[in-house]
Amino acid sequence: MEAVDFALSDGQALILSGPNGAGKSTLLRAIAGLLPLAAGRLTLDDDSEEIAASLHYIGHAEGMKPALTVRENLDFWSSFLSRESAAAALAPQDALTAFGLAHVIDIPAGYLSAGQKRRIALARLLVAPRPIWLLDEPTTALDVRAQAALAAVMARHRAGGGIVLAATHSPVGLENAGELKLGTVA
Amino acid sequence: MKSPLAALFVREFAIARRIGGGGSMGVVFLLVLVTIVPFAIGPDLNLLRRIGPAILWIAALLAMLLGLDRLFQADFEDGSLDQLQLGATPLEFVVFVKCLAHWATTALPLVVAAPLFGVLMAQEAASMLGIGVSLLVGTPALTFIGAVGAAATVSLRRGGLLMALLVLPLCVPALIFGVSAATAASGGTIPFATPLAILAALTLASGALCPFAAAALLRRLGE
Amino acid sequence: MLRFANPSFVLRFAARAIPIFGALAALLLAVGLYLVFFVAPADYQQGETVRIMYIHVPAAWLGMFAYMVMASAALGTLVWRHPVADAAQKSAAPLGAMFTFVCLVTGSLWGKPMWGTYWVWDARLTSMLVLLLIYLALIALWNTIEEPQRAAKAAAVMTLVGLVNIPIIKFSVDWWNTLHQPASVFKTSGPAIYGSMLWPLLIMAVGATFLFLALHLMSIRNEILRRRLDRLTRLAASANDMPRTARFEAAQ
Repeated sequence: MEAVDFALSDGQALILSGPNGAGKSTLLRAIAGLLPLAAGRLTLDDDSEEIAASLHYIGHAEGMKPALTVRENLDFWSSFLSRESAAAALAPQDALTAFGLAHVIDIPAGYLSAGQKRRIALARLLVAPRPIWLLDEPTTALDVRAQAALAAVMARHRAGGGIVLAATHSPVGLENAGELKLGTVA
Repeated sequence: MKSPLAALFVREFAIARRIGGGGSMGVVFLLVLVTIVPFAIGPDLNLLRRIGPAILWIAALLAMLLGLDRLFQADFEDGSLDQLQLGATPLEFVVFVKCLAHWATTALPLVVAAPLFGVLMAQEAASMLGIGVSLLVGTPALTFIGAVGAAATVSLRRGGLLMALLVLPLCVPALIFGVSAATAASGGTIPFATPLAILAALTLASGALCPFAAAALLRRLGE
Repeated sequence: MLRFANPSFVLRFAARAIPIFGALAALLLAVGLYLVFFVAPADYQQGETVRIMYIHVPAAWLGMFAYMVMASAALGTLVWRHPVADAAQKSAAPLGAMFTFVCLVTGSLWGKPMWGTYWVWDARLTSMLVLLLIYLALIALWNTIEEPQRAAKAAAVMTLVGLVNIPIIKFSVDWWNTLHQPASVFKTSGPAIYGSMLWPLLIMAVGATFLFLALHLMSIRNEILRRRLDRLTRLAASANDMPRTARFEAAQ
């Protein structure tokens, strides 16, 4: 793994790009605290809270239970991930509407297609507001309309001072984003 | 809004209830074990009465191991485990609450059913009560110890058997004091309270320590 | 008979047959219970406890009858692969388990005054206990495999394996029992049954059979409806690409 160094402030976005195996996912997981850092450190400017508790991580797996309805899944993550100090969270209904999925709210998650599950995982970003979003290939399995919805949601998040860090091969609809190319040295 | 841990307990409970299996399958497994023992050793009621508490405890122990390997595995596979580590709640508490929910959905039915199955082993009422109470006090220890084994084997596809190998030797103390409490209930030389107090101590100690071990194992998964 | 392969026909048939079977069951069981408690004589050896027999024996009979129904449905599943056979198979298991359980409980209550304890490993009761275990395992199988067709096929094969095995189990248990407990055991070969006992028993047995048929049909109907609901839920979930405005209008 190569050394990387970057800083992001309110409203900024960074795209991690690079070939397969360049370490995009690894870097995101390390930032999320799911993997230990080999060296170096991560800091938030105001040291008020732990970094893991102020970020969202959307990985390859959705973290949704097939036996529970979409509403139950989102309600749980809302309760579990929300912070006292966070801005008002969206209700599951509204979060799903943002991704055009309001009609599946009372259906068990096991009935949904891959693209729908993906969008429900993304709806988790809205039911438990956190300032930093780490998105690993967020557009996987999304159709054009869902990608547009994601772009709109990310733009709103940044307008409100949020930070987005996305690892991707394909354009995800982040405007004015910096780009960090990994794996170019090799 | 619910507190994170209350929400977690409710979620675990709802999943267990909806998927079924877990609790009821454990009870059926217990009944199968209790049924096949007399086929092997013969239907001598005096013998069965004597060894009944031991058979029921062994059967309950084995039945508890059945679903335990899935304790963290489903969360690991579907990405929930990542998310559970991003909460403000320490992973140790998450493990503790998951153990409680697992105990309530799989061990509690066994605690209720085992004394009733004592009928098949010619147990007297006092002995059935002793079996029930000793299981009630002792099974949480089995869940907590099992959680460590479940965490150690979480990423293995066929982790169930390995988990049993890891966990069973660690359950020996609980088995010893559980069976002696259950046996003491129907008369004997030692009072019922002595082994039961040690059993309670085992449960409290494992409840305090095992979540740390399990959480440490789960955090190390990615390395 | 072919019409029974059509779920809609089965639903219509069930709607008409369930009240009739239910009424017959209620009538026969009421008459039977009256005869059992007020007409049939107490046994000269066993006294009043012999009346448990009028529940125990029909329950045992239906516990085995349900298995035959389930095995026939299993053949239907394997040969014709028809969903109604799947539903009939799935519905018979809990009912069979229930009747077997009633048989075990009444047998155990009957045993208390006879043997002085609620349970001895009597060959007949033990065979019924093994039958209960087979039922419970099949129910667990149904609950575990989510995809209905796959569950039906697996359960059908297991049911038929069980069918072949049941006589062997029965024989083994008899052998095991006589091996361990020579002549001193209570033998249920029992006294000859007189007419005054036979009639109430037959009426109770036929009444219980109608009860089984009514419950089985209700359960099959539920299963067919459950599958339809499942299909509709899947449809509702995949209807996502309706434009938002259209969805709004649909909701009005």
